[in-house]
Amino acid sequence: MSKHAPEPISMFNARIMRPALLDSFKKLDPRTLWRNPVMFAVEIASLITLVTFVMSLAGMNREPAWFTGFVSLWLWLTVIFATFAEALAEGRGKARAASLRKTRTDVQAKRLERPEFGTPFEMVSATELRKEDIILVEAHDTIAGDGDVIAGAALVNEAAVTGESAPVVRESGGDRSAVTGGTTVIANSIIVRITANPGETFLDRMISLIEGAKRRKTPNEIALEVLLIALTVVFLLVCANISPLSMYSVQAAGQGTPVSLTILVALFVCLAPTTIAALLPAIGIAGMDRLFQKNVIALSGRAIEAAGDVNVLLLDKTGTITLGNREAVEFIPVGGYSEQDLAEAALMASLTDETPEGRSIVVLAKKKYGLSRDALPADAETIAFNADTRLSGVNTGGRQYRKGAADSTVAFVKALGARTIPSNLENVVDRVARGGATPLVVSCDDVIFGVINLKDIIKGGIQERFQQLRSMGIKTVMITGDNPLTAAAIAAEAQVDDFLAQAKPEEKLRLIREYQEAGYMVAMTGDGTNDAPALAQADVAVAMNTGTQAAKEAANIIDLDSNPTKLLDIVEVGKQILMTRGNLTTFSISNDVAKYFAIIPAMMLSIYPQLGVLNVMHLASPFSAILSAVIFNAIIIPMLVPLALKGTKFRPMPAEKLLIHNLLLYGVGGIIAPFVGIKAIDMVVGMFV
Amino acid sequence: MNSYELLEISLFFILLLVMIRPLGSYMAKVYQGERTFLSPVVVPCEKLLYRLCGVDGDEEMDWKRYAWAMALFNLVLFVALFAMLMLQHLLPLNPEKLPAFTWALALNTAISFVTNTNWQAYSGESAASYFTQMAGLTVHNFVSAATGMAVVIALIRGFVRRKTSMLGNFWVDMTRGTLYILLPLSLIGAIFLVSQGVIQNFSSYKTVPLVQEITYDKAKVDDKGDPLKDVKGNPVTESATAKEVTIPMGPVASQEVIKELGTNGGGFFNANSAHPYENPTPLSHFMEIFLILLIPGALTYTFGVMVGNTRQGWTLLGVMLLLLIGSFSVLQGVESSGNPLLAQFGIHGANMEGKDLRFSLAGTNLFEVATTGTSCGAVSAMHDSLTPLGGMIPLALILLGEVIFGGVGSGLYTMLAFAVIAVFVSGLMIGRTPEYLGKKIEVQEMWMSIVTILTAGITVLILSGIAMLTPSAVSAMANPGAHGLSEVLYAFASMANNNGSAFAGLNANVNFYNILGSLAMLLGRYVPAVAVLAMAGSLAEKKYVPPSLGTLPTDKVPFALWLTLVILIVGALTFFPALSLGPIAEHLAMVGGKI
Repeated sequence: MSKHAPEPISMFNARIMRPALLDSFKKLDPRTLWRNPVMFAVEIASLITLVTFVMSLAGMNREPAWFTGFVSLWLWLTVIFATFAEALAEGRGKARAASLRKTRTDVQAKRLERPEFGTPFEMVSATELRKEDIILVEAHDTIAGDGDVIAGAALVNEAAVTGESAPVVRESGGDRSAVTGGTTVIANSIIVRITANPGETFLDRMISLIEGAKRRKTPNEIALEVLLIALTVVFLLVCANISPLSMYSVQAAGQGTPVSLTILVALFVCLAPTTIAALLPAIGIAGMDRLFQKNVIALSGRAIEAAGDVNVLLLDKTGTITLGNREAVEFIPVGGYSEQDLAEAALMASLTDETPEGRSIVVLAKKKYGLSRDALPADAETIAFNADTRLSGVNTGGRQYRKGAADSTVAFVKALGARTIPSNLENVVDRVARGGATPLVVSCDDVIFGVINLKDIIKGGIQERFQQLRSMGIKTVMITGDNPLTAAAIAAEAQVDDFLAQAKPEEKLRLIREYQEAGYMVAMTGDGTNDAPALAQADVAVAMNTGTQAAKEAANIIDLDSNPTKLLDIVEVGKQILMTRGNLTTFSISNDVAKYFAIIPAMMLSIYPQLGVLNVMHLASPFSAILSAVIFNAIIIPMLVPLALKGTKFRPMPAEKLLIHNLLLYGVGGIIAPFVGIKAIDMVVGMFV
Repeated sequence: MNSYELLEISLFFILLLVMIRPLGSYMAKVYQGERTFLSPVVVPCEKLLYRLCGVDGDEEMDWKRYAWAMALFNLVLFVALFAMLMLQHLLPLNPEKLPAFTWALALNTAISFVTNTNWQAYSGESAASYFTQMAGLTVHNFVSAATGMAVVIALIRGFVRRKTSMLGNFWVDMTRGTLYILLPLSLIGAIFLVSQGVIQNFSSYKTVPLVQEITYDKAKVDDKGDPLKDVKGNPVTESATAKEVTIPMGPVASQEVIKELGTNGGGFFNANSAHPYENPTPLSHFMEIFLILLIPGALTYTFGVMVGNTRQGWTLLGVMLLLLIGSFSVLQGVESSGNPLLAQFGIHGANMEGKDLRFSLAGTNLFEVATTGTSCGAVSAMHDSLTPLGGMIPLALILLGEVIFGGVGSGLYTMLAFAVIAVFVSGLMIGRTPEYLGKKIEVQEMWMSIVTILTAGITVLILSGIAMLTPSAVSAMANPGAHGLSEVLYAFASMANNNGSAFAGLNANVNFYNILGSLAMLLGRYVPAVAVLAMAGSLAEKKYVPPSLGTLPTDKVPFALWLTLVILIVGALTFFPALSLGPIAEHLAMVGGKI
């Protein structure tokens, strides 16, 4: 597993800033800006103030030109800050997409007539390849498109996609048959059946996702936008209402002037939820980008948000909860044999066993029992593990050393003529299994020596992680092929909430459906073709990049590192995106309180001088008060860009605590901050006005 | 507050809280079709009604059919009442030979009663016959209340039901609400009111000699009945002596009780609950406030029972109580300190202008917050005579959207729409797709909740703006300046939120207010009701999400406080500018020594 992440790109890097700056002006085009209705309204407001500014210059407006001019300038800056935030978020993606695109230079492919080695091929460009075409890929060739290996096996360097430089094996059949376009074969030849048309390959999808070109608004985002649009409409009407009311009041009070268009427009922009509306697109894009930094590709924004809602995690035991390999920790002799006898027999049966389990038996035998045999006698014949007999071992010097599952080994020795089986064998096997380990029974000819205790090693810190998940209301379910006894023991040790033992693909699918029926959102990881149905059913399906094409197609998130614990990171990013949106919305609306206290007394002072009492900030003059509120409203956007891009900090804690924490920070903070900010700006502006 | 007032207020809230649970669970039984102690009597009537109307009581309706049924039913009722008002002179039970309503007034009045607003641009004793009052207005008091309750019950079913499009049967909910809840309670209440001296008769108006003759300046009128004015524009008066007085009569008690119970608010007499025949004693005053809050309060418990967690209901009730008691305290505070400018004339103490000494200051204030917090609109004091900030309290309570107990049914459904918005924002803040009562809050729910809570406010903003630009609307204002602005704002707030109380000081019986007011009442009633039903339809089709530690509990104090804050912020942000040109400017002028 690789820890190698894509090259980190700082967000304030000139390579990103400069195009972003240019883009932020391009995005002012109303045809693209209307997708963000609140900022579109602000753009229209800016245009109106531009007109009042020109009218001031022409002497057609009683307000001084410097005032209307500055209001207009800052309203335009408000829009530009918003488009800049979005451009900046996209910028990082674009830089990354550009580096990916470099790997997609025009590749030539060797198209075969028939899927056989040695048949003639024609050279075609990768762009001409279509689904179901058959191509030959030889050493040092770049694979021209996504596909499945249908013949042969090869070492493939997938650095272009995963950033991992160690080559991986790709072979026909089984779970390692998928190859990705843009990767390179290092050794051997394979025949590949193309599974994606040009423009639809994994690399293409990745590039378009990262660039945000295909980014669609998620349901939560649309629901929030509904709220923001509604607020904008209300504030528009509030401002429209002030005009006739102030005209009447001027008439009734016999003094003052009705509130001017410039001031009404300024008030509208200040009240409209511009802060969150400006940062909303950036939050989503940045979330996907943060996942990409963790080497996770989300195929839709929806999948990430769904991850935030997940309340059941189905985790494969192996690789997620336990270290991938089991380890021999103990030899337990039976039927009167000594540990030494057992250790010797076990060593003999395992010397040529290259599996990690086999190697751990050798290590234990040598370390604990001082055995020193390194090689088998010359006549030795290795019996590899066979799915039918479920045994492995060695035949040497006329003796047959075997190790395997209890029932298989017992059957084996009985077949060789053993009349009795040690009476305590069943007990020992049972005890080991109950402890969450795998019992391997060792025999020589028709004699059973004892049991090897192969223990699953639970990953360090996993219990704390599950504890955190529990406190967030997420239930963890361990999926394992082990028998229920072993599974229960491991589940207890790892402190998962539930487990599914002897899991078959259809049982996984059934389990997911059951949870979904009960209203849960289920996330799972998978890599094999047999996981595909369950992946397709799960709400959040993470496929390992090492997995098969079928698994990858069924999933909505792909983990380039193939690290199953990534699911936890994905959940976190999903929550972060929603929280950032919620917090900034609350902040944005709370801000309005202070803006009212700045603008209302300023705009109505000439009609009712007593309203000066509401000027609690003691702002210098009506003009400077209005200008300060407008400036605060604009500069808060770039000030919050880092927060929008990084996301609000996530701490696992129960919902209620989290809400109180965020309400204090963003709600109460949102009320106080603008009072301080507007006052500070007013002190500066007041020096010139 | 003196100790009597303290006792009165405490007793009031204790009695209210004690009654919430029994009535709430009774109503839950009624709407869930369970047997109640009244079933033996009512079930046969119910069945007979269904047979007569050709209604299949077991048939379920989806939200569209439910909404159509509601709309159709209300349309028929409107047409009937409109016709009755236009033909009043031809109908029986009209001892005073009152003429027909003008079309604009009939339109306004018919819409006003169909929408549970009971805005009265007419004066009961001088415009409406007994037949109109009983067969027209009182009937509407019942059915408009039952309509509101049916809609909220459909919404609750939306939360409770899973994966169905069916919300119940409008005809059944309507019938049950009337027969099991409104009628029995009204019967008890009316008998109690009669015991206190509220009249109930069909006599013609009585003319009796005054105990003391009164000499007064009478305005001279021309042939058309318009007041004569001298060259300076002041009215011309002549001295006159009154020796006798006409006392209106009528079947008051039967209408009085449902006026409060159904949060209707349309008084039999123009003086409403300040009239001694509508509200004779402190005890009847106490009981009328109780009746106003009874059903809206108990419905929160009904909601709790139906969603299977009564704490959910108590939470909403807590929010309502917090806002009600909070606004009562402010009103009590500003009214008991009175107007500082009167001190120079040797007048100290509470502002008692427009208040009835029969009812204590605290009692009167409680009536005011109750009648404006709910969409009742009955009054026992003159809102126009409150201090500027005091007058802002009823206005603000109405502008908050009538959720502080609110109208029967409509208060709770608007509160639930607020809860959906509160849940949405707080749900995002904890990083989850928001869910309320196990249902995910998505785009459809957001749209419908927003429409529900903002329609009235938007209507007020637009119409009050138009009024200020319309000369005929401005000339109908008796008090120009900030106070006049408050009056217009109040009038539209009252109509759009279906409250029906008036700030007075505004001649509302002009075509401008009659027609735009009718529009405000229609929009404020039916747009939210249909939006609520649409939301109910969408919610009912969703599956249930079981709560976990990651779910925000919506039955605890933090959520209640957050919901309170959301209600206050939405109201404040929408109306702060308008209020600052009305009551706030007036208040600051008063404390600044200008008024």
